[in-house]
Amino acid sequence: MTKQKLVLVGNGMAGVRCIEEIIKLEPAQYEITIFGSEPYPNYNRIQLSKVLQGDTTIKDITINDWNWYEENHILLYPGETVVRIDPKGQMVLTDKGRQVDYDKLILATGSLPFMLPIPGAEKPGVSAFRDIKDCEKMIDYAKSYKKAAVIGGGLLGLEAARGLLNLGMEVSVVHLSDYLMERQLDQTAGQLLQKELELQGMNFYLEKQTKEIIGDGKVEGLLFSDGEVVPADLVVMAVGIRPNVQLAKDSGIPVNRGILVNDFMETEIANVYAVGECAEHRGTVYGLVAPLYEQGKVLAKAICGQETKAYLGSTVSTQLKVSGVDVFSAGEIFENEPIKTMKVFDDYRGMYKKILIRDGKIIGAVLFGDTSEGNKLLRLIKKGADIFEYTESAQSEQTGTSFVASLPDEEIICGCNGVTKGTIVNAIQTQGLTSAEQVKGCTNACRSCGGCKPLVTDLLEYTLGDKLNKADQKEPICGCTTLTRDEVVEAIREKGLSHTREVMNVLGWKTEDGCSKCRPALNYYLGMLDPIKYHDERESRFVNERMHANIQKDGTYSVVPRMYGGVTNAEELRKIADVAEKYAVPLIKLTGGQRIDLLGVKKEDLPKMWADLDMPSGYAYGKSLRTVKTCVGESFCRFGTQDSIGMGIRMEKKFERLSTPHKVKMAVSACPRNCAESGIKDLGVVGVDGAWELYVGGNGGTHLRAADLLCKVKTQDEVMEMTGAYIQYYRETANYLERTSKWVERMGLDQIKSVLEDKETRDVLNRRMDEALTVLKDPWQEAINSSDIRKELYETVKVPVDMK
Amino acid sequence: MVEAIRYRIKVGEVNEIPKEIGKTVKIGPLEIALFRLASGEIRAIENRCPHKGGVLAEGMVSGDHVFCPMHDWKINVTDGKVQAPDVGCVKTYEAVIEDGEVIIIL
Ligand SMILES: Cc1cc2nc3c(=O)[nH]c(=O)nc-3n(C[C@H](O)[C@H](O)[C@H](O)COP(=O)(O)OP(=O)(O)OC[C@H]3O[C@@H](n4cnc5c(N)ncnc54)[C@H](O)[C@@H]3O)c2cc1C
Ligand code: FES
Repeated sequence: MTKQKLVLVGNGMAGVRCIEEIIKLEPAQYEITIFGSEPYPNYNRIQLSKVLQGDTTIKDITINDWNWYEENHILLYPGETVVRIDPKGQMVLTDKGRQVDYDKLILATGSLPFMLPIPGAEKPGVSAFRDIKDCEKMIDYAKSYKKAAVIGGGLLGLEAARGLLNLGMEVSVVHLSDYLMERQLDQTAGQLLQKELELQGMNFYLEKQTKEIIGDGKVEGLLFSDGEVVPADLVVMAVGIRPNVQLAKDSGIPVNRGILVNDFMETEIANVYAVGECAEHRGTVYGLVAPLYEQGKVLAKAICGQETKAYLGSTVSTQLKVSGVDVFSAGEIFENEPIKTMKVFDDYRGMYKKILIRDGKIIGAVLFGDTSEGNKLLRLIKKGADIFEYTESAQSEQTGTSFVASLPDEEIICGCNGVTKGTIVNAIQTQGLTSAEQVKGCTNACRSCGGCKPLVTDLLEYTLGDKLNKADQKEPICGCTTLTRDEVVEAIREKGLSHTREVMNVLGWKTEDGCSKCRPALNYYLGMLDPIKYHDERESRFVNERMHANIQKDGTYSVVPRMYGGVTNAEELRKIADVAEKYAVPLIKLTGGQRIDLLGVKKEDLPKMWADLDMPSGYAYGKSLRTVKTCVGESFCRFGTQDSIGMGIRMEKKFERLSTPHKVKMAVSACPRNCAESGIKDLGVVGVDGAWELYVGGNGGTHLRAADLLCKVKTQDEVMEMTGAYIQYYRETANYLERTSKWVERMGLDQIKSVLEDKETRDVLNRRMDEALTVLKDPWQEAINSSDIRKELYETVKVPVDMK
Repeated sequence: MVEAIRYRIKVGEVNEIPKEIGKTVKIGPLEIALFRLASGEIRAIENRCPHKGGVLAEGMVSGDHVFCPMHDWKINVTDGKVQAPDVGCVKTYEAVIEDGEVIIIL
């Protein structure tokens, strides 16, 4: 039997996806021919924004390359436009005079950008933003011209504007409405967005109607209806799109705004179907890929003669692809009488959330600043969920793997392609996937706007967990090398390497200067291996460890002075109070580690403040011993069996300033009630009658883990000896940035126990520990005493100028 | 059209700026992160990460890039471009060394 002939007009995102679905269902049913006006294989139009922003290139946004057409025996006519359809004769005619018969015809002609019919619109410096050609034109203009004006403050216009900024142009955005993205956002969100984009460098002209594009020959500017003129060399029109229906209309296929289709994407003409932005379904024309892909699925089944659910329309959500700005909007977003809203507005952090409710059901949402709840809200809106379902699933502050872990299986992870968490997890498990690229290949997730990539990556980590970790042992320490931690440490030892650059050179790093992962790691390993001779490289330290203070989000610092065992006195408190007043410290807070934290200190004030305090650094910023938390103990507590304070202070005095793979927290409690929380510390000591128990590998943070009993000893001296050996063993064998909770699990508690049981081994470890401790100095004192350090690290150059 | 006037602003001696450690420079309302690279060259960029506004002067400098101290975005200090997988860019300023002095040209 000869195959039936299927012809697709429009080689774009919706049409070709539908063909993919057809091939998946019935690889051999049709002989397929595709016509596309553009001279390229099907590419990802969405990513044009990112091409313009310089994050990817045109050659990287191809979705189906030439091979794909060949492998699937599809005859593609690129750069060829269908100019007429003869629905009676079931035949199409192209601009190159080609005639092709069809049994089934799919129209997927997309949209055309709407160009304002104003004088000057035909000038060479005026562009739309729809296809590769437009994109190339803008990139080209940016090379020789400075000023761009974008007409239209919607999604497309703002993405174009961001791109032009990245290309080094000055950008004005002209918008008819009184706030941005007025179709997706309410006024509050629109204004927050504007503020953010102004910070990024855009200029806005709101409530302005462009009357004319002025200029002699080339573009010189815009003239508004109020007479104002804005200079511009390039004008981008992003005022909207209209369905591309001319061909259908001319061929007698009924159209309204778009080509009219029913719930199975059939037009009113037999054997002619339409899908994508050119189609109008139940009065709606869509302009985002998610609904178009849903339509394509239904059409594929219908065309293959399989039973399918009807397409009933889609609830869409939008997100803006401009870095540094997170905006989400879905469903109905405008308030009116019967609609109630739930709003959260945090002006300080620039976060806004509005949820719209009708008859107790969630019908829409707008998010600004933090869009992590977007997928969840879209799911709730789609199923018309009760508002309680939202409020009860209380927003968790979780991120990363614990966030994806908390999601239900039916949660959509990739909005564009409608791929759920369940589908992705299942694919990872059953098909042995280990990378986001593979997930994309198998499930379509991440194949369009790419916004879901972080979630997909988290899902991989969450699903593979241990298996990824097992592979981890063979993991290179970072992308700059193929060597693992053990191989690097071994090479440093064997070859006697003495500084980070030498390590990178000798061991053939792929980058000349390393990265923010390997530099601090190498700096740590070098110092651990040779504490006496190694000269710590402050430029390879994270900011906090270089500055000896914790940087805050606004660039100020926090200062935590040492208080051994969490014990202080009136004199210290008075000094702290005086300093806080003198430097106008905005926030004083007690930490979880029983210390006092002075937050919001200016960089320049740090050394002066330390001098006034005259207390040692509390190392609250360091990969180092943070604090030894203690309970009151036998001297005051009626349950106390041991001197926990004395024990804690002794430990803290001995091990302070020590450099460790990650932070180390300790605690000493005087009885099993554990008031100092010894059960969730890297090393926790618990006093019992006549003895001390040592617990290890506990963690009260992201990876909550109860500590394991390492051993029970009698005296304070023994506690010190065991602690020293344990910490040194951790220092020598852990990966940089591996907390003891992970390390204990990786090494195995029994292995650690058996190493530390041996007195001789403990002595050797303690000797090396003591050596490392001998060279440590209080860094605050060093800064106070050295004008060089103060100048190099803490001083800001200030040049007062009058730029007028 | 009048050529825009450019300002040459001395910000200090080159020896006073340690290699691979950023320096915060405030010129009027502008806040600039100044870097002396391992190669000895000088670079100046806007002291504000496009992600969440982190102070880039405190970032770790590796070759031609600085890693934002807030969330480790990697930014090219020569062209201001944020490196993949993140996206964006920061303003760059012209900076030169003349007679041992660092000069920012605005
Ligand atoms: C810059 C930009 C950013 C976007 N960002 C997003 C986003 O973040 N998320 C999202 O979901 N969507 C986004 N979109 C929208 C998305 O790209 C479209 O919804 C999608 O491409 C529509 O697919 P389509 O197949 O209907 O039309 P198109 O992809 O436009 O394909 C239609 C094709 O048909 C061709 N054609 C037309 N007539 C003929 C003819 N007679 N003969 C032969 N060929 C013909 C056209 O040349 C075109 O190549 C964005 C669009 C742009 C331009
Ligand atoms: S959400 Fe757009 S590609 Fe996944």
